[in-house]
Amino acid sequence: MRIKVVTEKCEGHNRCFVVAAELFELDDSGYAHEVDDGKVPAGLEEKARLSVTNCPEQAITIDEDA
Amino acid sequence: MTTEPAKTHTEPVKDWATDYDIFDAGYVKDPFPTWDDLREKCPVARTERWGGSWMPTTYEDLRKIAAEIGIFSSRNPLVANVGEPTAVVEADLEEQFSVGAPPISSDPPIHTWSRALLLPKFSIKEVARYEDETRELCRSLIDGFVDKGRADAAADYAQQIPSRVIASMLGIPQERADEFTEWVRGFLEYGLTNVDIRSGSAMQILTFLFEQIQERKANPGDDLISYLLQAKADGAPDPIPEPHVLGTCFLLLVAGIDTTWSSIGSAMWHLAQNPDDCKRLIDEPELITSAVEELLRAYAPVTMAREVTRDAEYEGCPMKENDKILMNFPAANRDPEKFENPDEVILDRKVNPHIAFGVGIHRCAGSNLARMEMKVAIEEWLKRIPEFRLEDPEAVTWAGGQVRGPRKCAVVF
Repeated sequence: MRIKVVTEKCEGHNRCFVVAAELFELDDSGYAHEVDDGKVPAGLEEKARLSVTNCPEQAITIDEDA
Repeated sequence: MTTEPAKTHTEPVKDWATDYDIFDAGYVKDPFPTWDDLREKCPVARTERWGGSWMPTTYEDLRKIAAEIGIFSSRNPLVANVGEPTAVVEADLEEQFSVGAPPISSDPPIHTWSRALLLPKFSIKEVARYEDETRELCRSLIDGFVDKGRADAAADYAQQIPSRVIASMLGIPQERADEFTEWVRGFLEYGLTNVDIRSGSAMQILTFLFEQIQERKANPGDDLISYLLQAKADGAPDPIPEPHVLGTCFLLLVAGIDTTWSSIGSAMWHLAQNPDDCKRLIDEPELITSAVEELLRAYAPVTMAREVTRDAEYEGCPMKENDKILMNFPAANRDPEKFENPDEVILDRKVNPHIAFGVGIHRCAGSNLARMEMKVAIEEWLKRIPEFRLEDPEAVTWAGGQVRGPRKCAVVF
């Protein structure tokens, strides 16, 4: 599974970081990007899905099969 | 451009779809059934009251309108158009006071750099620097009433917190917090429907901040005003023009007070009536993070406005240049198309993409600060006062319009 923050859509709500701190990093201004190329470690799949559904900007994409 | 005197209409609303009144006392107290009704029958409502406006109520409409920044400008985010003030600003201050409140009242490109200046000071990490003193403040407020068995959770508690925290960040005297609160209420609450009160309060805030800026220029400190005076960002003038710094400080003081106070107040009002939720937060303290998001969703306080830049049809509504759009984020957060059981407060709600802080480029810059203050205020209260209830539910009073929250909320314990 792989996730990706669409940078142009992120407005810094920080919801992804709060629900899945293992999967995202924030820059100094609060904009998010995925860690480790977006590869979701085993066991964190549910958190990855929640980061997608909690983003008000719909800025996170997920590839279940990657 | 001439501004017609606003139609204030005191007669009761008969049809909310074509004649809504966001200052109607019943609506301010309990707007939720009206929103449900509008979402089903007329999701973008219209009124001629208070200068006229359109009001979207569904989550998708709010998202779409917030994204169309070319058509829906933020040049005037106040919700009621009540004309020009009668008092005139002295000529030498006019230029200083002319910038508005960037970035909330700006569109790109000014919005882009004025927001870039602010964001690093409101990150999760930066805001955490103020957590200890916020905790200390909450404890000392509780000390003041815990032995009495009664307190006003809005006036004695919620109202006292954000004004002091933002004063601390701006490096302005906390002892004057009550005065700041009154100015901000004058601007956003009493002044919302009375332009002379609104502009008088704005003048008080601007004059005070103007003096503070002059003082910081002479003696810079570790505070936001000093930071803004020397801050740099891509695309921003260097140095940042002083009227711009003043406008941004104005925004921080105004937006930092009424909004968070309302959120904390609504949270206390909810908890006072839901002892099971209090018990759950005490037994499972790790729930506080999702609980804060859920309380923000259910009781989102803020409605901002946009202005239409050119005639455009939106979802069949013939919008005209300069029409106002009331960004009803609170109604979007109760949209059953988006949220399961939207009227239920579910402290561990898993899927909660609420837009209490808005959506799009104007997402509240202070969102992390508001979250921190809510979290600390609830935690500290429950540690000392785990069981409490409303003294008289009918005696609770609410402010509405631009910022909705309880203003009197007596509780007993």
